[in-house]
Amino acid sequence: MNASPARAPRSAPSPAVPVLEARNLNKSFGAVSAAADISIEFATGSKVSLIGANGAGKTTFVNMVTGYLKPDSGAILLDGVDVTKKKPRAMTHLGVCRSFQIPQLCEPMTSVENMLVSFGASGRRFSLFRPCGSEGSEDEARAMLDRFGLTQYADRVVAELPGGVRKLLDIAMAMVRKPKVLLLDEPTSGVSAEEKFPLMDTVMAALAHEDVTVLFVEHDLDIVTRYSDRIVAFYAGKIIADDRPDEVLSDDAVQKYVTGGAR
Amino acid sequence: MHGKTLKTLLGGAVLMAVLLLAGFAAPQWLLFTATKAIGYGIVALGIVVLMRGGVVSFGQGMVYCAGAYAAGLIAANWGLTDALVLLTIGGVTGIVIGAVVGPLIARYRGIFFAMLTVALSMVLYGVLVKMNQIGGSDGFNVPEPTFFGWPPDRDSADLALYCTAIVVAGVTAMLCRVYFDSMAGLMSRAVRENELRVEYLGTSVHRTMVLNFVVAAGFGGVGGALNGMALGHVDPLFSFWTTSGEFVFVAILAGPYSVAAVFVASIILELVRSFSNLYFPETWQLVLGAFLLAVILFLPEGIGSLWAKGRIIAPRTPRDDVTRSRAAEDRSTGGSRVATATRAARPTAKEPQA
Repeated sequence: MNASPARAPRSAPSPAVPVLEARNLNKSFGAVSAAADISIEFATGSKVSLIGANGAGKTTFVNMVTGYLKPDSGAILLDGVDVTKKKPRAMTHLGVCRSFQIPQLCEPMTSVENMLVSFGASGRRFSLFRPCGSEGSEDEARAMLDRFGLTQYADRVVAELPGGVRKLLDIAMAMVRKPKVLLLDEPTSGVSAEEKFPLMDTVMAALAHEDVTVLFVEHDLDIVTRYSDRIVAFYAGKIIADDRPDEVLSDDAVQKYVTGGAR
Repeated sequence: MHGKTLKTLLGGAVLMAVLLLAGFAAPQWLLFTATKAIGYGIVALGIVVLMRGGVVSFGQGMVYCAGAYAAGLIAANWGLTDALVLLTIGGVTGIVIGAVVGPLIARYRGIFFAMLTVALSMVLYGVLVKMNQIGGSDGFNVPEPTFFGWPPDRDSADLALYCTAIVVAGVTAMLCRVYFDSMAGLMSRAVRENELRVEYLGTSVHRTMVLNFVVAAGFGGVGGALNGMALGHVDPLFSFWTTSGEFVFVAILAGPYSVAAVFVASIILELVRSFSNLYFPETWQLVLGAFLLAVILFLPEGIGSLWAKGRIIAPRTPRDDVTRSRAAEDRSTGGSRVATATRAARPTAKEPQA
């Protein structure tokens, strides 16, 4: 295949110490290059969309950043510290948390119990002897549900909840640790068209007062335009555009390889 | 201490006292049957701990046997016959085995975990059968236990061991209940439901599984030591797969929610076995099988589901929230206990009219 289009120059200035930085990341699966010399920085508090067709390398990038995949070469830095070899659990401890395309929840438990799991896993409320839910932990869990508009679903079993609510709960659980970087894998996939914007409004409102960098993988261009202040477009394992939403979506290469002229 | 924990401990203490008193009125055969059932129950409780984490061990006979052999060998060779010491030795043996085997086996799930545990227990069985120095396939006799230096006579030996079993089982059960109700217990259930999520929330699934395995192994060792003393004899059949199957039988019969149900299920197993053995000596397993089938069909979550549910956090009503916010307000304003009680009582009385 011909060489992929060159990466567009970034107009936004780089921060002094980015919260998350990837340097020359490479990852191949056999003959397929899923990440080819990816270098990128993310500023604290930014809302960044990762777009690209299936197989473009978005998920590989997310998996490398969360420690699920190790890059063949290159480095990942969190607050300037090399975290390339860290595993997912260690990355979570360091402040990189994620939600999933298919919400990963404890289905037979209620929403508040799921939230307590998150508090327990964060270590803030872990104990071998204190009853779970005691000493205000249940109140904290319910407050977090309230922040994501889930109060009415608090005592309902997760398996019975609608898709949008499950997505919100998945994201709320990831927020318990107060992460530095939050990765949302397709937060609106599987959610009806009418629910998408209210869902994203709720998420963004809940994150508004947090100093968290949000990276979300998303296919819906209306969503990325409205909710991100920067878009990174992937194609064939490379970043082909990285700029403000209007700039990226009007980029020729992006229109050719990513949006297909959808906008 | 938290109210819920206190309630658990008080409830357990009262139940223990009742069962201890009942022991003085019970016939000799029932004391022996109950002691043996308690030993089985403690081992099965370990399987319930594992079940709550999403795995079932079909080889719990390994730690059961190891606990019994360790206690029995020390009693027979060193003359150390105090029941509590022997139970401690059994428990420590189980914990040591669990700590060695647990990290290796905790990465497996489902049938692989089950088969590996069976394999390990059968390895121990094979080794013990060949070890003629400690009795080979015949095993060896365990000396009569003493109790804080007191050697009971023939008439009171069963009662003394029964009382010891009640105390040990009571403490084990209460600790287990406290663990199940704790955040660590909740994490164990979360591991069963979604390991990926737990790992990405920052908790080690492996560590949780190892912890459960070690706890279960410790319980297995205690149960083995207790039954070794109750029977007065240990042999390699303690580690045979059919013995492990009986523990799984008890755990399934009990279900994952109630600790007390494990001991009820264990008593049921022993009674069904004893009476069936008496009246249908050739087909008593058939009776057990039919009984288990009935429980699986009509009480799929075990007999414990008759009185205990899987909910961890009780649903909260808006009224609860009002009460809690008032309590929090009182705490923050430093209101006295009397003032708090008065204020909490007043709106409650008015609420139905509102």
